[in-house]
Amino acid sequence: MHRTKVRIVEDALDANNTIASANRADFDRAGVKVVNFMSAPGAGKTTLLERVVTDLPGVRVGVLEGDVEGSMDADRLAHLHIPVTQLNTGAGFGGECHLDANMVRSAIPALPLDDIDLLLVENVGNLVCPAEFRIGEDARVMVTAVTEGEDKPLKYPLMFRACELVIVNKIDLLPHLDFDLEKLLYNIDVVHPDVERVVLSARTGEGLEAWREWLLRLGARQEAIA
Amino acid sequence: MHELSLSSAIVNTVVKHAADRPVTTVYLRVGALRQVVSDTLDFYFEFVARGTVCEGARLEQELIPASLRCRGCGQEWQIEIPAFRCPECGGSEVEVASGDEFEVEAIDVEEAQCIAPR
Repeated sequence: MHRTKVRIVEDALDANNTIASANRADFDRAGVKVVNFMSAPGAGKTTLLERVVTDLPGVRVGVLEGDVEGSMDADRLAHLHIPVTQLNTGAGFGGECHLDANMVRSAIPALPLDDIDLLLVENVGNLVCPAEFRIGEDARVMVTAVTEGEDKPLKYPLMFRACELVIVNKIDLLPHLDFDLEKLLYNIDVVHPDVERVVLSARTGEGLEAWREWLLRLGARQEAIA
Repeated sequence: MHELSLSSAIVNTVVKHAADRPVTTVYLRVGALRQVVSDTLDFYFEFVARGTVCEGARLEQELIPASLRCRGCGQEWQIEIPAFRCPECGGSEVEVASGDEFEVEAIDVEEAQCIAPR
């Protein structure tokens, strides 16, 4: 036996990115815009979907729910009468802590792409791994809640940079917290200068209009590429 | 915690290029912005490599410092903390010159000795 050095120079995530591009091509062909919706567990992703998905005139919305186990989030959305598809990551070793392009690819046949204009993909609650894996989305949105602390952007820069919109949620709780909203906004700007931001409360509805408008802008009906 | 998924990505990339030859070393370039914990990556790599051509291989990680370039004024600088606004002009149009890498640069493989004709 002898030893040989083989030069490779390949991004280890190339395989994922290739599949993500194939997903994106399928979505484009169907004229569907896709949002990858990410946050830590409990930041309010499902509530933020619940509050706006039936109130987007002219935009037909579908949801893809990514969870390690169970269909609690999908069940919560059932009363809204929009197409909700469940994607469990639990089949992997211990359950993957994020969605990747291949998992989303496997869900595509189950998605009613002809009947929707906008697909909101709720990723697994996690501030680290989802930032690494593109799924074929048009835009990435991350949610941070004011209960999480002002230093989150500095601790999870990868996530705060891997998005086109940052939503700051639960501002109705500000009077009860020692939380400096200005400091959080400053830290977001340090990590991701000029990123679009929406400050809101999914519970009271304050600021919700800006989130709705952002989705409307993105989801404005696309002509399918025959 | 993403080190587990990243380890799988490394092993898959290496398997594709190893052509069934046993791998002894994997040379990996890791940018400082990737938030990879080196020891954790070693731990998971050893685990994920089992049963593949990477089993028992050493993971050689080269850490690439993060350096940024301002598109506005051309300033280049290295960062220790994740601050992405240009310190010179305050601009936000900043690109990552290095520090985003997560690539398999090379592998060492064992080749079976050619059998010389008698």
